[in-house]
Amino acid sequence: MSRKLLEVEDLHVWFDLPHHRELHAVQGVSFGVGDGERLGLVGESGCGKTTTILALMGLLPPTATVAGRVLLDGEDVLARGERTVAPHRWKSVAMVFQGAMNAFNPVRRIGDQLVEPMELHGVAEGATAEARAAELLERVGISSTRLHNYPHEFSGGMRQRAAIAMALACGPRLLLADEPTTALDVMVQAQILELLVSLADDLGLALILVTHDLPVVAQTCTAAAVMYAGEIVETGPMDALYHDPRHPYTRLLFAATPDLESRDAVISIPGTPPRLDRQVIGCPFRPRCDVAFDRCTAERPALGRVGDRHDAACHAAEQVAV
Amino acid sequence: MTALEGPVEAAVEELPRRPGVVRRLLESPVFTSRQSLVGLVILTFFVLMALTAPLFIHGDVQAKVGPVFARPSGSHWLGTDGGGADMMKLLVMGARVSLLVGFASAAVSVLIGGTVGIVSGFFGGKVDIVLMRLTDYVLVLPDIPLMIVVAALFGRSLTNIIVIIGVIYWTSTARLLRAQVKSVRERVYVQRARALGAGNTRLIFRHVLPQVTPLLVANTVLFVAYAIFAETFIAFLGLGDPSLVSWGRLIQNAFTDDAILNNAWWAIVPPGVAVVIVVVACTMVGQAMEDAFNPRLRSGHLSTRRFRLRPVPIREPR
Amino acid sequence: MNTNGHDAASPLLEVEGLVVRYPIHRAIVETVVRRPKQHVHAVSGVSFDVSRGEMVALVGESGCGKTTTAQALLQLVRPDAGTVRFDGIDVTALGPRELRRLRRRMQIIYQDPYESLDPRFRVEATVAEALVVHREGTREERRRRVVEALELAGLSPPELYLDRYPHELSGGQRQRVAIAASLALGPDLLVADEPVSMLDVSVRAGILALLDELRDRGLAVLMITHDLSTAARFADRICVMYLGRIVEEGPAAQVIENARHPYTKALLSVVPRRDPRRRVEPQILRGETPNPISVPSGCRFHPRCPVAVDECSTVDPELRPPAGVGAGHRAACLLAGD
Repeated sequence: MSRKLLEVEDLHVWFDLPHHRELHAVQGVSFGVGDGERLGLVGESGCGKTTTILALMGLLPPTATVAGRVLLDGEDVLARGERTVAPHRWKSVAMVFQGAMNAFNPVRRIGDQLVEPMELHGVAEGATAEARAAELLERVGISSTRLHNYPHEFSGGMRQRAAIAMALACGPRLLLADEPTTALDVMVQAQILELLVSLADDLGLALILVTHDLPVVAQTCTAAAVMYAGEIVETGPMDALYHDPRHPYTRLLFAATPDLESRDAVISIPGTPPRLDRQVIGCPFRPRCDVAFDRCTAERPALGRVGDRHDAACHAAEQVAV
Repeated sequence: MTALEGPVEAAVEELPRRPGVVRRLLESPVFTSRQSLVGLVILTFFVLMALTAPLFIHGDVQAKVGPVFARPSGSHWLGTDGGGADMMKLLVMGARVSLLVGFASAAVSVLIGGTVGIVSGFFGGKVDIVLMRLTDYVLVLPDIPLMIVVAALFGRSLTNIIVIIGVIYWTSTARLLRAQVKSVRERVYVQRARALGAGNTRLIFRHVLPQVTPLLVANTVLFVAYAIFAETFIAFLGLGDPSLVSWGRLIQNAFTDDAILNNAWWAIVPPGVAVVIVVVACTMVGQAMEDAFNPRLRSGHLSTRRFRLRPVPIREPR
Repeated sequence: MNTNGHDAASPLLEVEGLVVRYPIHRAIVETVVRRPKQHVHAVSGVSFDVSRGEMVALVGESGCGKTTTAQALLQLVRPDAGTVRFDGIDVTALGPRELRRLRRRMQIIYQDPYESLDPRFRVEATVAEALVVHREGTREERRRRVVEALELAGLSPPELYLDRYPHELSGGQRQRVAIAASLALGPDLLVADEPVSMLDVSVRAGILALLDELRDRGLAVLMITHDLSTAARFADRICVMYLGRIVEEGPAAQVIENARHPYTKALLSVVPRRDPRRRVEPQILRGETPNPISVPSGCRFHPRCPVAVDECSTVDPELRPPAGVGAGHRAACLLAGD
């Protein structure tokens, strides 16, 4: 099996809490993304999805501790912490942050802010950089004549696209998008998602889309990983996740999402996720699960193969041989 | 009415309880930051000293008890001043006036500034414009000439000093509070209370004031520092109450008595140092409080330290 | 879809021709030069009804005026024109005293459960606030009503919640407290402004089911939302707004399955479905909603409309029933009949 562009192996992240306690935010997450693939990282607030992708770029605060391997083209970028991950930032991996449309410096022109990462990382400078910035704007659907505008002269949707352009400035191979459309209207959301898909297809960009919005992932991504309480509970092709979910949380999450064309009752999942500052015994989803049995209380399920490229961490899911 | 089918998300017993007021106060940056604690200790020392002074010091402090400009010795720890009075006693009694003026005028200033700021920020519109114009005018008044004029017109009493300092310097508090109130006023819970039918009085006193009080307190503490300093230079200029001893007065006395010419450093330096120490102590406490209460001052993301690494934990059969 | 068994003959809330405009402050120069005053046309003639036991969804993108409409009908914002009748009473003509009394019957729930509650008020104080403001009942009576309201809002057992602070509660619980606070006075109309958009998916249905249940008990509910899927599933009627006007309205099922306005059709086509196999050809409109300051001439939507004809730039279409639709379904489009 050929090596994927990104392979994450057993990633853990802990955050310091007062009184010498720790929050185990990411608990042994493993997944991979290849060139041109679009992976959705889905989950509700507190599941660890944002922390996971921040870890991929080493953007964690000093209160964080990381373990595990993040292999970019075979090289472990977390091997020596900041030193090994810094060279990759923006050049191999770039990120569009949550609320990126507000991440622009209001007193500098958009063009200058696009050029900045290029010069910083030695990708281009001066006139070349400006030309490249113009190209990038066009690529994201903004007229290059607007290079000289200030951020406030752009609408929210345009700023989001400019943020994507900025992420592409140094020609990364992997793009991480954290809730890129959450604060946007549905029409603008459609525009942005269409853009992200076309970038992945045309540039061979690998895309990881982090969101809580299942329908967005269903329509944009080829595969997805569902996260709960800091770990991946199910992962597989989008089709399999919707039509053959093997983890109760995945199934219930879909059932909790209203659909335009469905007459099904929309359910809510009682209870809340477990606290991550304590060790969880047994399956973390058990208190809220509708099919839990004895084994679930005592033993924590591991991610096992349940179908073609389809894994689930549930005792009730029938495993198949790899 | 029967209960509706509504799943309760978490067993509420599991939720962490908010610790009591005393506990929160003790855990707040006021007591936990080293800087703030040092400041607090110093301030407490001086306040206690000022409060208990009359128990130890009797009679007229300014009376001659030794030779003029006597050096520090066993009988006079800080020597004597230009009138032969004991410097130590003068310093301790001076603390009373200086601290009193400091706290009292801080109170006046914060009262005026707080009211103006809250009214201006809450009501906005014409009221805001008028009050801010007023603030601007007061801001540009030159403080020292004004004090000289007031002293000349109304006499040099302690009350006048306190009022003057309070009246001249309330503007920064007003500005700060106005900004804070404007932002709190837009909070959803305030709008919701208004939608319920709550009147302005209720909105201000029950919803807005509790939110701005911490900042007000921090501002007051910082202001005490400034007020003490202001009193010092007022007294130094000879505009202070002539019947009272304050640190500024002591410095002024030393000047007029030519202490420097007589090489009597003990007559000039101790009061100055005392002012500096108290001012710095107040600033330390006030800064710590302001850092805690003003979320915009947080700059944790600028830290240069990075995340740490750890080996992968071994998966035990769970 | 729940059937509306209540008498819809006299709607509880009747909004007619609502207009809200904000003047834009001009520099002195512009006053001198006599440039015409510009306005933000937030709401430009909105009319709709809400009956008891009915949930109406006001749907649209940001800038369409739905939130301003909600605030205007509660008189939190003074409308520039139009009437709002609540139970037959003209709300716009009321003085402050009567308005205050009327407020008890119309309540609003906000989008952000993390900001809706005063962090210094315990749950009991928050829920009781409405009663305190309107001087209702003694302390004991108030407590009893608070407990009732909390039960109604699904927070059970209520005693456990009474002396909690908001930060001790989850988002869903906080929203329920906000709902309980609005229910304490026993209102007839509840305006819910994006009640679940800031909550986790697994929690949303609970709150929506609660609103559903309240509606079944006779409450009139006006839900403001940008989420068409939620509106489709829970609302009885949907009003689609664009740039300050309602462009299409009708029974929810009708609007979703038989949309006649091009904007509604485009919106429906870009809402993502849950099923990855369900590929709807998205009609992505170019550009974004124009500024409410400079509203296009004729039909507001014509610059972005995929099927606009010449007439559309000069004629401002009225809301009327196009051919071949069910009862109560209206669209503001010259071409809606096709």
